[in-house]
Formats: sequence, structure tokens, C-alpha cells
Amino acid sequence: MKIPSSTRRNFTAGLLGSASFWMYGGHKVWADALQSESAQSYNPKYFNHEEWLFLNAACARIFPADAHGPDAALLGAPEFIDRQMDTPYGHGELWYMSGPFKEGAPNLGYQLSLPPRDLYRQAIAAANAYVRDHHQGQTFAQLAIPEQIALLKVFEQGKMALGAVPAHTFFEQLRQNTLEGVFSDPLYGGNKGLAGWTLLGFPGARADFMDWVNQKGAPYPFGPVSISGETA
Amino acid sequence: MCAKKVDAIVIGAGWAGSILAKELTEAGLSVVMLERGDERATAVEGDYPSSIDELRGAIRHRLFQNLSQSTVTIRNTLDQEALPYRRLAAFLPGEGVGGAGLHWSGVHFRVAPDDLALRTNVVARYGKNFIPEGMNLQDYGVTYEELEPFFDKAEKVFGTSGEPYTIKGKIAGNGNRFAPDRSDVFPLPAMGEVYSASLFRSAAANVGYHPYALPAANASAQYTNPYGVQMGPCNFCGYCSGYDCYMYSKASPNVNILPALRQDPKFTLITKAHVLKVNLDADKKKATGVSYLDLRTKKQVELDADLVIISAFQFHNVHLMLLSGIGQPYDPQQNTGTVGRNFVYQTITTSRAWLSPKQYTNLFVGAGGAGVAIDDFNSMNFDHGPLGFVGGSPVWVNQAGVKPIAAATGGPGGKAPTWGEGYKEAMVDTYRHSLTIDAHGSNMAYRDVYLDLDPTYSNAYGQPLLRMTFNWKDNDIRMNQYVVGKIEPIIKAMGATKYSLGMLKDGEVFDTRRYQTTHLGGGAIMGTDPKTSCVNRYLQSWDVSNVFVIGASAFPQGMGYNPTGMVAALAYWAAYHIRTTYLKNPGPMVQA
Repeated sequence: MKIPSSTRRNFTAGLLGSASFWMYGGHKVWADALQSESAQSYNPKYFNHEEWLFLNAACARIFPADAHGPDAALLGAPEFIDRQMDTPYGHGELWYMSGPFKEGAPNLGYQLSLPPRDLYRQAIAAANAYVRDHHQGQTFAQLAIPEQIALLKVFEQGKMALGAVPAHTFFEQLRQNTLEGVFSDPLYGGNKGLAGWTLLGFPGARADFMDWVNQKGAPYPFGPVSISGETA
Repeated sequence: MCAKKVDAIVIGAGWAGSILAKELTEAGLSVVMLERGDERATAVEGDYPSSIDELRGAIRHRLFQNLSQSTVTIRNTLDQEALPYRRLAAFLPGEGVGGAGLHWSGVHFRVAPDDLALRTNVVARYGKNFIPEGMNLQDYGVTYEELEPFFDKAEKVFGTSGEPYTIKGKIAGNGNRFAPDRSDVFPLPAMGEVYSASLFRSAAANVGYHPYALPAANASAQYTNPYGVQMGPCNFCGYCSGYDCYMYSKASPNVNILPALRQDPKFTLITKAHVLKVNLDADKKKATGVSYLDLRTKKQVELDADLVIISAFQFHNVHLMLLSGIGQPYDPQQNTGTVGRNFVYQTITTSRAWLSPKQYTNLFVGAGGAGVAIDDFNSMNFDHGPLGFVGGSPVWVNQAGVKPIAAATGGPGGKAPTWGEGYKEAMVDTYRHSLTIDAHGSNMAYRDVYLDLDPTYSNAYGQPLLRMTFNWKDNDIRMNQYVVGKIEPIIKAMGATKYSLGMLKDGEVFDTRRYQTTHLGGGAIMGTDPKTSCVNRYLQSWDVSNVFVIGASAFPQGMGYNPTGMVAALAYWAAYHIRTTYLKNPGPMVQA
């Protein structure tokens, strides 16, 4: 199967998709360049400015830049999440959302009346209010990276509530959506340059392994392709 | 407006409904099939490459039940208040034409014959006192020999790939030596084995177990089934579970039955038709038809019929019986009634082995039904005497094609972080160099595990939701722990660099937030005694003789095998007896 490379793919996206580039190249320079580029190229439709800054910082802490490649913000996870907020999923139309809403044992699952978009709005506002109280009026995005990480760990442990939302519930929502953004097809706004798939070694929409059922443990030799035909 | 009348109504367009509709139209009946979801066609839902979309498919549940309209409530114990299952997670019922048969993986087993008479066998070998207090261990009331022609028929319709062990008593292949005797070969040879599965095969053999190729309703070659419909060869794309197979390789009602059925002028399929209840006559002995809501016009429609087949997903069957007043609802306090009794699930835990950095498992390569398994610890294939539990698990590598969102959100496993520093490195290692081994086991029935109507929550149509009361029990936890212990030597024989064993913990509570399996069973079980079963051995309601209830709802226990093969065989079995006996003389086929 051959799918032609998309002509829309730009040079930087192509570089971004190259694992060796990230592992051995001076990726910080490129990361900064792409950061400014992507920040200009997408205006959030749902999140306000303060929420957007929170989301960019949180995504980057959950899936950070390291020797294996760029962070989730650079890969478009915030854009992905913003776009998801105006889907049936974001509006809670895939969930049973009839009352009464009662708290129960955690193993009985999500019992809040909030669809994802409302959950984010409430929890981010509460998280920033908490940070302001404890860090001299700063927001989450203004904190130093180690402080952001420490705070996310507090949320993950779930010992506090963010508005009506248990912090752990919010953290899991954020972690889930961030990783969805990094690893879904780029048509949803994330996984820029197919860098998420390249990192894992996932070949995307190739979906034909007739000759690769069993190659006795050899690595699969082809890079990923997206639904639109973008390659990396 | 007068109600319209047809010969038979079939509720639900999944495997059971499609098989019954096909058989009944062949018998000359006019059949209306009612499906509450949308029309589904591989040309649309399986369109390449747009179908190769994990977010839209398995993550946002493109082919699954939309819970916003109807769900279940769940509690673990009788004294708890049940709360709604608001987000799909632990189990994933289908919706739309094909039902769960469109999004399934394709593992296509027969049955372990001992499981059909599990109570009789356990009592015969270990005595009555071996059965724990509160366990409702029962027989199906049908034997493997009776069902064999229908397993054979189902495999030929599904285009099942596999390797036999014996055919008509003679060794015919290197298949599962614990599998029951067959009357014929599999329609197609076994699927190829991915690297992980081949490692499992040799390691399991080295430690003395008996590996075999999983029987798969994924076509290992081109195939034309007895209905004249065609399947393409599976290319291991990995988009089986949760997807409509773009290669037409995974058996589904949509590919394997409905193309033939739709040609028959006696058959009518109505989608967006949500059945509210089966209508009964004054003394509740006969069904007169059904009332359904036309979801397009929002109008209620009455449809009359001589015969009503309830063949929706397992728990929808039980829900419809309770909403319709068919039979007596089960009461766990008094231990009376049968509808909702013996609600069962399966135990499933996953262990992981990491290989050397030079060994790539290419987890994205896979087929939902393919793999290598052992049955050494399934059913009654081992001595339970010193172990003190009932049941067992097949163990397998079933590399179905691991997609990146599922892998990434599931985390790298072991003690590795699930986000932040160190996450990526561990995730890459896991995705490139690990494999998983499942213990996919039985779950017994218990007096305080059942289905009834919820007192508080209702669906979008104002009807009470179904309530599940379910928890893991000591017997099944100990079974799982024992079998998982048998996985460890296999992993060691593989030369794994490290591993983690997944098993149920002592006292573990059922967690609705984590996917386990969609193999729910029971609640409208078959049997020989109307006091302890809902339907007789022909899946005919003991109480309303022109109602048949087809599906995994008939299983008295959750078995170690995947249920679809058994559901299909029971559907053909029931259809055969409806055609040859019931239609000639409608009425109870077994006297209560």
C-alpha cells in the first residue's frame, strides 16, 4: 500500500516526526520555534485565555519534552482538547446524564452532573484559585515547572476538591485527553507531524500487515501515515 | 390504528437475532426484525481509511451503545444503593445493526462439554459439599452431542479459521487436545501466528502445557459461506475489536447473514425501533406482539405476531422480560422467581512480559480472534479437588492489534509512571518490546448476584433502568489467582527480561471504571427446572410459550471461553427445534 505524502505537510512537521532528529538533534531550538508557531496558529474556541494557558502548561507536564521528543503542548494536545469540547463527547452526549446525581463508592464510577466542558471550566478555575491562594497570586501557568509538577501530583492523589470536581477525577480527565491528543489521528488537532506515533513506532492508518504477521521480532520498517495521507 | 400482524418479531439485529430471522424466513414465516440503533454497513462504518481511527472508533465508542438514552445501574451488594453506569468502561454493549457482533474481536470457541453439566460433573467428582454456600451451580440441560451440528453450522456461516484435534474420533490435527470431538474440519485453516503468539506456543510447550491456535472468526483466506456471502482474507490490520472490519474478514451479522436475509421479501428490518415491551394476553401465557417506539417519529407502534424472539444483548433480554412481565422476577431474599437470577460475568486479568530491546513485538499487528492458547487450566481439565474452587480459565496470547491511545492511557505497566518524567521511555519500551498474556476465566453464579429493575433511575422513555447487583466472589478470585500462577513459568521460559502478573486480589470489588470484558451472561438462564431457570432447553420461556429468549442470557455460569460461539450454536439449536417441532404444534415444548 502506498499513500502519497501530503503536499500540505510543512518542513518543520516533517522534522518533528523524525525520532532520530529528536533523540540526537538540538531539539530545544526547534521546540521553541514550533512553540511560537503553534501558539500563533490556533486560537481556542472554547477555553478562555487563562484556561488556555493552564491547559498548555498542564499538557506539557503530563507529557513532557525530553530526549524522546517534544511535549504534548507542542504536539497540539491543547488544540485537540479545545476542539473536543464542542463535540458530542465534550457536551456529555455520550454519557448517561440524568439525575439524581449522588456520590458513591469510587468503583461505581463517574457520578457528577458535569459534561467534560463544564468539568474543565470548573476545575481549572478552582485550580487557579487554589494556586493564587498558595503562591502569591500566581496562576498555575506562571509557576515554575517543578511546582506545576508537584501540584499535578497533589491533584492525582485526589486529597482535595476543585469546585464540585474531585481533583483526582479532573487529573484523570486531563491525563486521558492529553494522551488522546498526542496519539490520535492528526485530523483532530493533535499528534502534530505524527510525532506521537513515531515515538511509539505505531504506523498509523497503514492497516495492512499481511507480510508482517511474524518477522521473528524484527522492527517494523515503515513510518506512520495518517488518514489524510500525511507521512513521517 | 389497528396493529399490524406478522408471523414473527425478532428483537435485536445482532448474531442471535440475525440467525433466528434467517432460519424463520427459511421456514416460510414473515419476520420483522426490530433494531433500536442505526443501520450499519461496512461500506460506511468500515470505509478505509476513515475507519482506521482509534479516537472515533474504540475511544469515543462509534459502534457502541449510547448510554445517554439508556444504561444500567450497578451496585456490589444488596445493602448498597445502585448508581448509574454513566460512562462506558467495564463492558461495552453494541448498538445498531450487527450489535456486539459488529464490534467483537472474533474469538470463536465451541464449549467445553463439562461446562454444560457443570453441577452434575462437580458433584460426581467432588461431592455436593464441594459447592460453596450461596453458589447457584447449574446444568444447561443440553449436551455437546446435541449441539455439535449447530456449532458446525455456525462455524461454516462465520468462516471460522482453526485447527482441529479430533474429527469423528480420529486425530486430525495439532489443535486443542481438550476440545471436544468434531464432525468436520474448520472451514478455514488456522490464522497465522504473530511473533508474541509463537513465543507463547513454544514456551508453553516447553513447560508441559498444550498450546493450540485460537479458533477465530477472522478469515485466514477468501471464503464464501453457505448463504453465498463472501469474506476477504484477514491482513492483521489490528482493527477488529471496536471496529467494522474494512477487509470483510471478521465475521459479523452484517457481512455473513444479513446480505442474504435482506434479499428475502418475507424479511423486514426496521431500525431506530426501540422495543418498550412484549405485549401479553390477559393471563400472561401468550405474547400478542410488541410495543416499540419509532425513534424517528417519536410515536409508539403496536406490532402483533404469533411468535416473539427476544434476542437483544444479554442484559437487554432480561430487562425486556422484566418490563414485559414475562415470568417471575428473581427475589434473592426469598430465593424465588427466575428472571434476573444467575447473572454472571467472566474473570479476566492480563499479565505482561518484557523482552530484550532487540525483540520487537509490533503490538499493532494483530487479529482479534487469532492467537495461541492453552486449556490445561480451563473447565474441568485439571483436578479441582485439592484446590477447592469451581471453574477455570483458558490462558492465551491474543494480540488483537494494540492502538496507541489505548496503550498510552493504559500506561507502561509494572511500576512505571503513567505520566510525566520517565513515562515516555517506559511507554516506548512497553509498546515495542512487550507482550500480554490473559487469563480469561469463568465466573460462577451466586444467590446475591442478580438483575432487577432499579427503583430510582429511568431511561429516556420513562422506563426503569435495569439494576445489576454484582461483585467478585472468593471462589472466582482464587481460581484466577491459581491460573495466573501457571502463567509465570511460561513467561520465564520465554526469556522475559521482566514481567508483571495481573490477578484479582483477595476481596477485590468489581470496578466499573476499567474495561474487563463485555462477556456478560445469565439472567434468563436455560435449564430443566422452571423453578431455577427462565427458559427450557430450547430457550423457550417456561411461562409464555410463544416467546424465545436467545443469547448469553441463557448461560447458567460464566464460562472460560468467549461466548459468541455458544450463543450462535444455541441460536441455531433453538431455531431448529422451532422449525421442526414448535411451528407444527405451537405450545410448550417441555412440560413444566
